[in-house]
Amino acid sequence: MFGWEFPPFNSGGLGVACLGLTRALAERGVEVIFVMPKKLDLAVPWTRFVFADGGDGLESIDMRVINAALTPYLTPSSYDEYRRQGMAMAAGSLYGPDLMSEVKRYAAMAAAIALKEDFDVIYAHDWLSFEAGMEAKRATGKPLIAHVHATEFDRCGGSWGVNNDVYAIERAGMDASHRVIAVSELTKAILMTRYGIAEEKISVVHNGIDETTAPQGDSTLLRLHTLKQAGYSVVLFLGRITLQKGPDYFIRAAKRVLEHNPKVIFLMSGSGDMERQMMDLAAQLGIASNLLFTGFLQGHDRYEAYAAADLFIMPSVSEPFGITPLEAMRLGTPVLISKQSGVSEVVSHALKADFWDTEEMANQILSVVGYPHLKNTLSENGAKDAARLTWSRAAEKVDTVVHEVMHAL
Amino acid sequence: MKSICFYFQVHQPYRVKKYRVFDIGNDPEYFNDRGTGKLNNRLIAEKVAAKSYIPATALLLKLLKKYPQLRVSFSFSGIALEQLERYAPEALDLFKQVVDTGQVEVLGETYYHSLSFFYSPLEFEIQVNKHRDLVRRIFGVWPRVFRNTELSYRNDLAQWADSRGYAGILAEGWDPILGWRSPNYVYQPKDTQNIRLLLKNYRFSDDIAFRFSSREWTEWPLTTGKFGQWIGEAEGDTINLFMDYETFGEHQWEDTGIFHFLEHLPEEMSKNPGIDFKTPSEVIQTYRVRDQVDIPHTLTWADTDRDLTAWTGNPMQRAALDAVYALEQGIHMANDGRLLEDWRKLQTSDHFYYMCTKWFADGDVHQYFSPYESPYDAYIAYMNALSDLRLRVEKAR
Repeated sequence: MFGWEFPPFNSGGLGVACLGLTRALAERGVEVIFVMPKKLDLAVPWTRFVFADGGDGLESIDMRVINAALTPYLTPSSYDEYRRQGMAMAAGSLYGPDLMSEVKRYAAMAAAIALKEDFDVIYAHDWLSFEAGMEAKRATGKPLIAHVHATEFDRCGGSWGVNNDVYAIERAGMDASHRVIAVSELTKAILMTRYGIAEEKISVVHNGIDETTAPQGDSTLLRLHTLKQAGYSVVLFLGRITLQKGPDYFIRAAKRVLEHNPKVIFLMSGSGDMERQMMDLAAQLGIASNLLFTGFLQGHDRYEAYAAADLFIMPSVSEPFGITPLEAMRLGTPVLISKQSGVSEVVSHALKADFWDTEEMANQILSVVGYPHLKNTLSENGAKDAARLTWSRAAEKVDTVVHEVMHAL
Repeated sequence: MKSICFYFQVHQPYRVKKYRVFDIGNDPEYFNDRGTGKLNNRLIAEKVAAKSYIPATALLLKLLKKYPQLRVSFSFSGIALEQLERYAPEALDLFKQVVDTGQVEVLGETYYHSLSFFYSPLEFEIQVNKHRDLVRRIFGVWPRVFRNTELSYRNDLAQWADSRGYAGILAEGWDPILGWRSPNYVYQPKDTQNIRLLLKNYRFSDDIAFRFSSREWTEWPLTTGKFGQWIGEAEGDTINLFMDYETFGEHQWEDTGIFHFLEHLPEEMSKNPGIDFKTPSEVIQTYRVRDQVDIPHTLTWADTDRDLTAWTGNPMQRAALDAVYALEQGIHMANDGRLLEDWRKLQTSDHFYYMCTKWFADGDVHQYFSPYESPYDAYIAYMNALSDLRLRVEKAR
């Protein structure tokens, strides 16, 4: 299995999905060899890691920085930007001059790894590891399965600005695959219409959540407690502050809410290329004092944000799946998700709105804040909903596809 | 002799439009959706009339004339009649014609198809009387048999109906309550004098109402011959077939053959000299009481639980019901017809049913029959409208 990130060295849902899926597959008796582009201090009991950078002797690298430079959510151009800013300097000569070179280097190492290891099926997660998957297939002749967590169209929030090289790799990877796994019907539709992939080749496997991947913590010392004691409700955005995630719709809905109820605090958690722009927008709309930016949250901070929130909002413009609402629901926090998300296909006990309909979002936010029984019912049923959507459910479907591919040979 | 006793329910609620928080204090109209979707009450009344009420009733009228021994009964909610009068007068005219044959009984219920019996005895009584007056105005008849919203029933309801002089009352024939008793006999409710209880034979009723078009059902397709044979073989005095009238043409579409089934049923039954048709009143007059039935807890004809949980099962539903009945005193003090009318339209049971989350579990939304996208959207629209009504009540005082 070729991946790109894995917790704790991850910046988003892709790594979480790899963690949840590999463990659930291992529970089903599937042996997974997980290949990463570079050496990281990773160890989980259910999977053996192989690193495509020659391995030993490289443990002294500053992992945080390297990881930031290799985030799968960077577009090739923003990777250049990162490098220009010197943020990836610590990576030194280990990394190519751009993200694409890194992808190619990973692919070049993949063939050698594949020839050395004993396995039945090659499995690649997203475009960053598709080339590696294709090389492994070329070297061994073994079947390839491509798992699509996001497409270039999602990352760009539409067709404008699509990187042709990335698109070409995505398409070639899927063309070379025996089967393609999409994280939602929404993604499946994009693969069919934008990439021309045959419907019968695509299986939809929705992501899940369980104790392995859910945020953990204890609720004793919530820092937002004082604010809530003072009668404020807390509404949370947690995700990358980029076009795809719809942070501007969150702020416009916040503006509308605050016109009717000033006792609401909006938390914007995460980082991204639109962060500055969002701060400006909040100031311009005159709601800066009710809109708090927390930066990127991890670990207990992240848990606290979810647990303190009265409502979690994911207003994504285009979301292949969206694991964060499941994280919130598992903790009993009601969620409002955009209809343009894969997760809305499998979650019933959630509020849903079109990402552009900030009027409706504001109506729903004000209702959750104003009607405690709405909040309670969403909370109780949402937690049950999330408990149902396990990784083992997802792994069962992946396992079926793997077996179908093996038996088709 | 054995009788078939039909009762058809005709009901359409006033669905609350997508009423937002921002509308509170600004828009006193809750039921006037003008869109093309499922919240436009006028469109729905027109559609149901065209697909079900008009073709089914025209057929029924033909059958009643052809078979003078044919009998059926109807219960119309007051707000259904109101909407038909306004949006589908042709359907209402057909209903009047079938009642005019003298072969059709009209039953009593609450005007607003509400659960008021369980929340306000006074309001309940007012709604029953208002319904009776409407039935008298439109059909010129006086209801002698009572059925409560969603066939909800309890000993004290029967005792109330007994005290008001009703000859009969209807309930679900649910085995766990009946024990060894068959629903196919006439019973007496506990602690009553004269009133009689008729129980729905849910197996035969659901064969028509729910299973008729189901190809997974081993008995599909259901023919009049087969159904007639089953009825002939059944023991008892009366086979009570209670169902929504929308079964004909709306729940079961025309292409399932449901009209064909209805058309040929009287003919099929006339082949068996031991079977006839009776209205609930006639059944009560004809057959003797077999036993007393004690139903202390609320029984309804809903889903597999046969209780009120589809309307009161979650905190949102209970909060909404509490909130609407909490306005009762203020409404009466305000003494404003418009407010009273809106308040009562908000009591209709369907509003609370749309908030039901129990069919929304397991990701299976197929059982969720609602014009709203989710129970939460239903609750939001309802509570916002109710908040506006509360403001209007406060202003009027």
